[in-house]
Amino acid sequence: MPLGKKINIIIWAIFLLVGFDAYSQSTIVQGNVSSGKNKIPVKAARISLKGSYDGAVTDSLGNYRFKTTKTGLQVVEVDASGYMPQSREVQLNGASLKLDFRIRKEINELEAVTITAGSFEANDEKRMTVLNPLDIVTTAGANADIAATLQTLPGAQRVGESEGLFIRGGSAEESKIIIDGTVVNNFFFSSVPGIAQRGRFSPFLFKNTAFSSGGYSAMYGQALSAVLNLESVDLPDETEAQAGISPIFGSVGFQKVNKEKKYSFGSSYSYSNLWLYMLLIPQKQDFVTPPTSHNVDLNYRKKFKKGMFKAYAYFNTSKLSMRTNSMDSLGLKNSFSLNNSNVFTNVSWKQLFGKNWKLYTVGSYSYDDNKIKGDVLDSQNNRINATGIGVIDANRFGVKSYQNMYQLRSVIQKKWGKLSAVRFGGEMWHNVDRTNFSTEFSSFSGLIDDTYSAAFVESDIFISNKFALRPGLRYEYSQLMSQANLAPRASLSYQLKKNTQLSLDYGIFYQTPDRKYLALGPDVKYSRADHYILTFQHLTKEYTLRSQLFYKSYDGLIKTDPTNQFAINNNGYGYAQGIELFWRDRKTFKGIDYWISYSFLDTKRDYLNFPIYVQPGFAATHTGSVVIKKFWVEKMVGINWSFNWATGRPYYNPNRGEEAYLSDRTPFYSSNNFSFNWLTKIAGGNGVVVVGINNVFNQKQVFGYTYSSRLTDDTGQLIREELGPPARMSFFVGLFISWGVDRTQQNINNNL
Amino acid sequence: MKKYLTIFLMMLLGAGSVIAQYEDGMKAAMKQMDDAKTSEELMQASAFFERIANAEQSKWLPYYYAALCNNLAGWRDDQLDKDQLAGKSIQLLEKAEQLSPNNCELFCLRNLIFNSQMMVNPRNRWQTYGTKASEALESAKKADPNNPRPYFLEGQSKFNTPAMFGGGKKAAEPILQKAVELFGSYAPESDLHPNWGKSDAEELLNKCKK
Repeated sequence: MPLGKKINIIIWAIFLLVGFDAYSQSTIVQGNVSSGKNKIPVKAARISLKGSYDGAVTDSLGNYRFKTTKTGLQVVEVDASGYMPQSREVQLNGASLKLDFRIRKEINELEAVTITAGSFEANDEKRMTVLNPLDIVTTAGANADIAATLQTLPGAQRVGESEGLFIRGGSAEESKIIIDGTVVNNFFFSSVPGIAQRGRFSPFLFKNTAFSSGGYSAMYGQALSAVLNLESVDLPDETEAQAGISPIFGSVGFQKVNKEKKYSFGSSYSYSNLWLYMLLIPQKQDFVTPPTSHNVDLNYRKKFKKGMFKAYAYFNTSKLSMRTNSMDSLGLKNSFSLNNSNVFTNVSWKQLFGKNWKLYTVGSYSYDDNKIKGDVLDSQNNRINATGIGVIDANRFGVKSYQNMYQLRSVIQKKWGKLSAVRFGGEMWHNVDRTNFSTEFSSFSGLIDDTYSAAFVESDIFISNKFALRPGLRYEYSQLMSQANLAPRASLSYQLKKNTQLSLDYGIFYQTPDRKYLALGPDVKYSRADHYILTFQHLTKEYTLRSQLFYKSYDGLIKTDPTNQFAINNNGYGYAQGIELFWRDRKTFKGIDYWISYSFLDTKRDYLNFPIYVQPGFAATHTGSVVIKKFWVEKMVGINWSFNWATGRPYYNPNRGEEAYLSDRTPFYSSNNFSFNWLTKIAGGNGVVVVGINNVFNQKQVFGYTYSSRLTDDTGQLIREELGPPARMSFFVGLFISWGVDRTQQNINNNL
Repeated sequence: MKKYLTIFLMMLLGAGSVIAQYEDGMKAAMKQMDDAKTSEELMQASAFFERIANAEQSKWLPYYYAALCNNLAGWRDDQLDKDQLAGKSIQLLEKAEQLSPNNCELFCLRNLIFNSQMMVNPRNRWQTYGTKASEALESAKKADPNNPRPYFLEGQSKFNTPAMFGGGKKAAEPILQKAVELFGSYAPESDLHPNWGKSDAEELLNKCKK
């Protein structure tokens, strides 16, 4: 080959390879990229020479090396996910260059420590979740009830005979349930003696379930123990019609989303009647009117460019009546009937202003109306006249009560930095409660009108990815009590390593005593609880390990005097302390998701009519749960199991006198529950078949005892009756179908 | 004489070398992408495309490929944080979208990114990310009705969805059929433009017919 041709080819080759700069000399740039004090190598960092194609990516040791033909003053840039970008000017002149970078971690949500404020968060936005809404409906034994699912988490007691969240030695009144920032006073269906009631709201209404078993944020108040924060869903994804059918209820509903997905509206109606169920499965109580309810809800949601408007309304009426054998006279019966109407409405508006400001305003009106009647019947179920025996005649009564509540709340948030924020705002609740209690001979009417207002401020401060704190302050004022309080709160979180952190939560919590005491005792003050919580948690997508140590002190609890109903004071006090463990594993066993929780609780209190300082009846010392779920994707079938247990709870045996008050314990409680769900096509829609059996092994459950006030057995002891569930085992069978109208249309169009 | 002619030609080409540099760089990067076997190699290809993109400023294709490689890297390595990866992919994608709005290929890429985010937790995420992913495909079809890729991606996702949820072979077949037909008459604008999916579509269609 002639020389000319050879050169020619070489020149061409170089030309093709490096283009116009082919004639210039090339420089080797190499070095290392690391981060932090310990110079931890950063892998996959992108190094580039600004304005050129030259650069490299670091290897697992953080090393990189590239060649460039650029000369003169140039800029080398480094960019790695999760780190702040960096650049440096260099002089390139053909001499090999060593260039090391130390880059800094960016504070970001995925890496950073989280401020938990004692809460179990359940949402997918934060990725690493403890419980999500789907978990609620697939927890065996919980019957798709939010509160019942929370009872499988540590901290919550299982109190079979009454509804409510009994958290860490606190009574049900000490927990508040919040929907979109507003308090729901009647979250559960109205109380019925001896039978725990369900929550009113479907878990599918909520995208977020954050359960704080203590040490919660200054944004909320009026709960000595805990706050359950429910956040409603945003715009649904598609237009949809739903129907559900089961032996105990029927429901229909729809959601319409406009084409541009800017607004949606929907409504649903359901009717439930336990007549058939109770015919098939005998209940302990003799139901004259089986529990029956009508339920209607309406919603409207509108999306703005940087905001969201939501309106929700819920209407419900329910009734039941039942007869139980009187414990105070053989052959007599007590009858109880209840009619309830309930309304809950919530209108909220969220708007972002500029880049960092957010305004959230919400208003709510709720109404609850109970009509309760108690009577004494003979063995033929005829009403009888007063017997002159007080304890028997006490069952002849009527109660009419109305509760109206208006709430208004506004929160402004300003973000700064990547995650830090300051929030401040206020809220106002206006309650008007009327109660009329009557017996044949007397009648008592009460009207309570209270305006409660609060202002709060808190700030999330991220010092680094490893360390964050949230100080908060809350001011509250009750117009009826003419009293104010100031409640500081604080949360501190420190990251031990990625996904593992320690947190310390502290707070003072005030609560206005139940309004029935406000009617009787005008000098009543706030009750107070102080929380100290130490949390260790390890959270990944696959595993959750959480351990908490807590101490809670109570002060200013209500004390009553059985002999004088007007002698009400705040001399009650108490404490609760314990340790809780939670382990959830989605990985070890293929396709199986399970969790185990355990709580140890040591608590005593002197409140209400307690004669001594003692462990209350709603607190078991040891409580635990095992929940297992398995889903087969190919068959679209899931089975779920749960095992719940608790050591005996204290009960009062009047045969033993006041010094032994609440010193007896009920037997060990345990229940095994099973549920099955099958997803299939039915009637052109997506169907879910659900079958549930609670207490599969038919284990005997004793929640406590009802003692007679006057009937004794041969040995002179007052007779008693076990307090248990209405039936040992319970069953559920249901079919739910949803038709996504738009999607069907879409499929048809696509296939044309 | 030949030598002088060559030099003269080179001078002429010098003016065109900016274009040549871009094409050559892209071709080299595309080779790196095609040869990549591991997620690290894909990341390197992605970084190469990103450097080209940043140097050129006005071309959507290198941003497109940078995001595509970055997203593909996620499928090759279980240990990678898919959401962090998606964050980077979307950042690159959005730069491409600014340069070329309403682009069918970019909607397809959006679909791929949302899909990989959905796969982090399909049970919880299909309603959000799944919907976003299918919306992206609808926009892709509108942007270019003759592009086969949106149909291929739709058919592929139908193929992988259980029949209970409206997926399965039967549901995928007509869509893949349409994709294969479109691939038959489809020609990319240039060598540098996206040209993937044909053989995969044919293979899936055969599986459907079995």
